[in-house]
Amino acid sequence: MSAKTASRTSEASWHYRELNMKNPGLDHLSNGLITLAEAGHPVVAGSADLKYSNGLNRFAERFPDRYFGFGIAEQNMVSAAAGLATTGLVPYVATFASFLGLLACEQIRMDVAYCALPVRLIGHHTGISMGFYGTSHHATEDIGTMRSIADLTIVSPADGPQLEAAIRASIDHDRPIYFRTGRGREPNVYDPKAEFVFGRAIEHAVGEELTIIACGLPVHPSIAVARKLASEGRSVGMLDMATVKPLDRDAVLAAAARSRVILTIEEHNILGGLGSAVAEILAEEGSPARLVRHGIKDEFALIAPPSHLYAHYELDEAGIERIAREIIGAG
Amino acid sequence: MRNDLRPSEAEIERLRERAQFVRLETIRLIEIAKTGHYSSVFSAAEIFAALYYDVMRLSDDPKWPDRDRFLMGKGHAAVGLFPILADKGYIPRDVLDGYTRLGNPLGDHPDMRKVSGVDFSSGSIGHALSNGLGMALGGRMQNRDFFTFVMLGDGEMQEGQVWEAATVAAHYGLSRLVAIVDRNGFQLDGRVDEMMGVEPLDEKWRAFGWDVHVVDGHDIAELTTLMRRIKADDTAGKPRCIIARTLKGKGVSYMEEEPGWHLGYLAPEDAEAARAEILSKVI
Repeated sequence: MSAKTASRTSEASWHYRELNMKNPGLDHLSNGLITLAEAGHPVVAGSADLKYSNGLNRFAERFPDRYFGFGIAEQNMVSAAAGLATTGLVPYVATFASFLGLLACEQIRMDVAYCALPVRLIGHHTGISMGFYGTSHHATEDIGTMRSIADLTIVSPADGPQLEAAIRASIDHDRPIYFRTGRGREPNVYDPKAEFVFGRAIEHAVGEELTIIACGLPVHPSIAVARKLASEGRSVGMLDMATVKPLDRDAVLAAAARSRVILTIEEHNILGGLGSAVAEILAEEGSPARLVRHGIKDEFALIAPPSHLYAHYELDEAGIERIAREIIGAG
Repeated sequence: MRNDLRPSEAEIERLRERAQFVRLETIRLIEIAKTGHYSSVFSAAEIFAALYYDVMRLSDDPKWPDRDRFLMGKGHAAVGLFPILADKGYIPRDVLDGYTRLGNPLGDHPDMRKVSGVDFSSGSIGHALSNGLGMALGGRMQNRDFFTFVMLGDGEMQEGQVWEAATVAAHYGLSRLVAIVDRNGFQLDGRVDEMMGVEPLDEKWRAFGWDVHVVDGHDIAELTTLMRRIKADDTAGKPRCIIARTLKGKGVSYMEEEPGWHLGYLAPEDAEAARAEILSKVI
């Protein structure tokens, strides 16, 4: 980052409008939308005073007539996006997941899902990625709220490239979608050119002792853990459940048939999220596989820099490795 | 604004008859459900009639992209809209007659997925102006010149989202967005001004950057003239607000100004008396 003004001489300084440079993963949101718009699709975008946080400023600069700032009023934004969708447009509206999946939950239910409109909701900086901004800015309940709304698809990408691929694929998806994304600093797992298929789990490894099923940020460290244990001769599988709803039931059951233990990992309360969704399937099918749910254990998270929180809640590689080793007895 | 847009006497007579039709059909349909929002429709009957039988640009195709839109913040008055949609041929007559029965698409609140001619679903008070704002933005972006009319309850003015939408609509200068506040003075628990005061409404809307008009909501000639004028001049650069001063329960004397009638049921003999009163009076 270069110093651009006389008052700022350190290379390390930055201001809010340069936030995208610190959160490159979210650039993929605009990348995906620009690709769709350039291909002639009737996409429009909106945000609630966070275009530099989610990178939509780039889309807004490229297509100024197709971007709407809605001010700090998330509920109105969601309802207005639904109105936009009735005129043949495909709106993508983005704000912090805490304000989208929780504050505007009822607008999503009534105006988007119940009306079956092709609105795409992007809840970014989800989970505990807002760190010391605190509980108001954490979203450890949004899968829970969104999952209980009928006709709503939920996608939790592991990284920016997967978000971009899913945004591109979303143009052919006929249902409303809630994208639950991180803050754009997740290490990359995927190539943005890879095809994203809604409702299909991505299998990174198969194993008999344990299968990790994760979504979002924990996917990258979970893959690393599965590989590390495999290199020690252990049999650990790993599924990226990027589409949380509809859940890839067949993939869950195949993993449960193969593995003695299923470990779900999510940056979300273990109540109501991915772990709960997997538990429902395993219980209904009478699966003998044991289930361990890992995530935020029904508490409001502490505040700290995000990396400190991930370490504290064992959502980083070291934490996931410890839990996996404990489960399979590989101490 | 143009002064030559007053409807003719024949047009006025026709619109009065249509408002009467809305009231009579509301009584008939609520007889099927055995509970419903009579008085919420009665305050808005002239608004329904003026919009659907004069002001709005419609076609036989309820999905025509250039049609004017109508949304109801006070979705509980949908029982007054459904007979109009049936009259327009958007929904079959037998569907209308099965109002609220198991499997029928017509309930107390309008559902755009199930009911042809409903431009947006409602029921959760406070959303509709936001929905209409999105439609108006989308229309303008695509160079379509349709108008979006959003009927709001006066109790609805207590919902914060209305004012979020009012702010954004003014910011974007959406002159083809028209909010119509049915200022009938009552909400479920009692008089609006006693439950949670909302005045001064005209000053509030004006302060939010809207072009505000106050009208007698039961004077079909004045109401129609005003809305014709608004449609004839869409260069205001501001969204438009009509505050329609109305009477809750208008047309049935024992309902007028009695808050209990927000939701109710008329037994057959009372329904007959109400019908007779509606037919006997020129509003």
